[in-house]
Amino acid sequence: MSLVNISVGPQHPALKEPINFTFTLDGENIVSADARIGYAHRGIEKGMERGNYVQGMFLTERICGICSHAHSMAYVLGVEKLMQLEVPKRAQYIRALLGELERLHSHLLWIGVAAHEVGFDTIFMYSWKDREVVMDLLEELSGNRVNYAVNIFGGVKRDYTKEQLDNVRAKVLSLKSRMKYYIDMATHEPSFIARFRDVGMLSHNKAIELGAVGPTARGSGVPVDHRVTDTFLIYDELKVNMIVEEGCDAMARYDVHARELLEAVKIIEQILDQIPEGPISVKYPRKVGPGESITRYEAPRGEDVHYLMADGSDKPFRYKVRAPTLANIPAVLEMFKNSHMADIPVIIASIDPCISCTDRAVLLADVYTGKPAMSWKELVAYSNRYYAENHGIKG
Amino acid sequence: MTVKTGFLSRLTKWARLHSPWVLHFNTGACNGCDIEILDALTPRYDIERFGIKLKATPRHADILLCSGPVNNQSAKRLRRIYEQMPSPKFVLAIGTCACSGGVFRGCYNIHAGVDTEIPVDAYIAGCPVKPEAIIDAVAKLIAKLEAA
Repeated sequence: MSLVNISVGPQHPALKEPINFTFTLDGENIVSADARIGYAHRGIEKGMERGNYVQGMFLTERICGICSHAHSMAYVLGVEKLMQLEVPKRAQYIRALLGELERLHSHLLWIGVAAHEVGFDTIFMYSWKDREVVMDLLEELSGNRVNYAVNIFGGVKRDYTKEQLDNVRAKVLSLKSRMKYYIDMATHEPSFIARFRDVGMLSHNKAIELGAVGPTARGSGVPVDHRVTDTFLIYDELKVNMIVEEGCDAMARYDVHARELLEAVKIIEQILDQIPEGPISVKYPRKVGPGESITRYEAPRGEDVHYLMADGSDKPFRYKVRAPTLANIPAVLEMFKNSHMADIPVIIASIDPCISCTDRAVLLADVYTGKPAMSWKELVAYSNRYYAENHGIKG
Repeated sequence: MTVKTGFLSRLTKWARLHSPWVLHFNTGACNGCDIEILDALTPRYDIERFGIKLKATPRHADILLCSGPVNNQSAKRLRRIYEQMPSPKFVLAIGTCACSGGVFRGCYNIHAGVDTEIPVDAYIAGCPVKPEAIIDAVAKLIAKLEAA
């Protein structure tokens, strides 16, 4: 049988976000897959160079509307490294608290989307109903449902009373039985298991080779969670269990997400137990650097890498973001190989994609022929010319 | 569009008012508004009780929900999706980005709002838009349809 190419996206019933996949099919089986990203590219990295550091904070928050706190954290940690600020303990605990609440809402969201993709809409509705409890908490703590804007260099903007923190504990603990239900359901519900088990296989070696991160890597037995392996904030003072599953399939990824929910509840309890009294912020300088910093932050979807180059002025000189989904795209293309066409939505959903995070790079290729619009030589010449003309730097 | 008063046109108007189907297209948003649109469909807000249903294809949709500042890549797709929708069609710009470009205004590949590409019927500001605001906008749009 001859091979057939089909294109999925950018607007497609199987996709929630704009991305384009081209599948090469042999009958119903996928031979190979290719992804085309960039539909949500907004030029944030260049935009960072326009505004000052404080404005940059609002822009990094809007890299992603699900894990906005993660991106803003990675940025703030990177800038604070260059400012050499000593951030008060209470502020760090508040940051971690917001981060864990965000993980709760993101994972609940994912469980719903994954269930929706296998046609199990009841779980979709259940988990999103539970998610509203977390969203209410976030709104109460930060004033907004999604972009919390709670960070500032040297600390946080809001302090919380004991009643507020007790409310967090009560609400989060009330979700615990629901989370156990999601874990229980995944181990007992035959229709659910049939759609997830042995779908989207990503072997342990391939996960390492392709640089998968976050729950995708942990679902293939790769122990990587920067809350444990490369601690930041106050995670070294907390007891964090890394959730690793050996299944290598979509089921394992589901299990990682579901068990991480319970783990996040435990972490939130520890944070609330240990949060010290004290100031919540220190004064910060207006100018940063010169210097470079790289920050890694464990976002709900995996490792966020932010790179900052500062030249001593009040604006970033260069900013680079590597979001977790971009790291997982080679892995998802590997999962598609030898899969069934009907499993495409499940496989895409299983890496917990966030395309808005991903679209950082500009593709310098012709849309129709696929040939590079610029050769490497031309690109080097162009970049040297650009910097010579605009910044007076001779290449 | 000429106003018709026959039975069939009254019937279609009745159906449209009681069950407007929506299509959601992410024109380069940060996902915040997209999740809030989905949120409006889930039990807390449940816009399906007004007959509003999220459809997957533009050919079934009456209302196009656009979230995000339009970027160079999605501009062409946005126009194509708009053209594929059957008339009469309505567009809601959801979120500050879709209204004016928001925080991304001035970035090199941003078209500063949905109305730079296609006509927009209602603008909903907010970063992100709250589900309540989306329901309010749809209700207002229905009221506008009723008056027409």
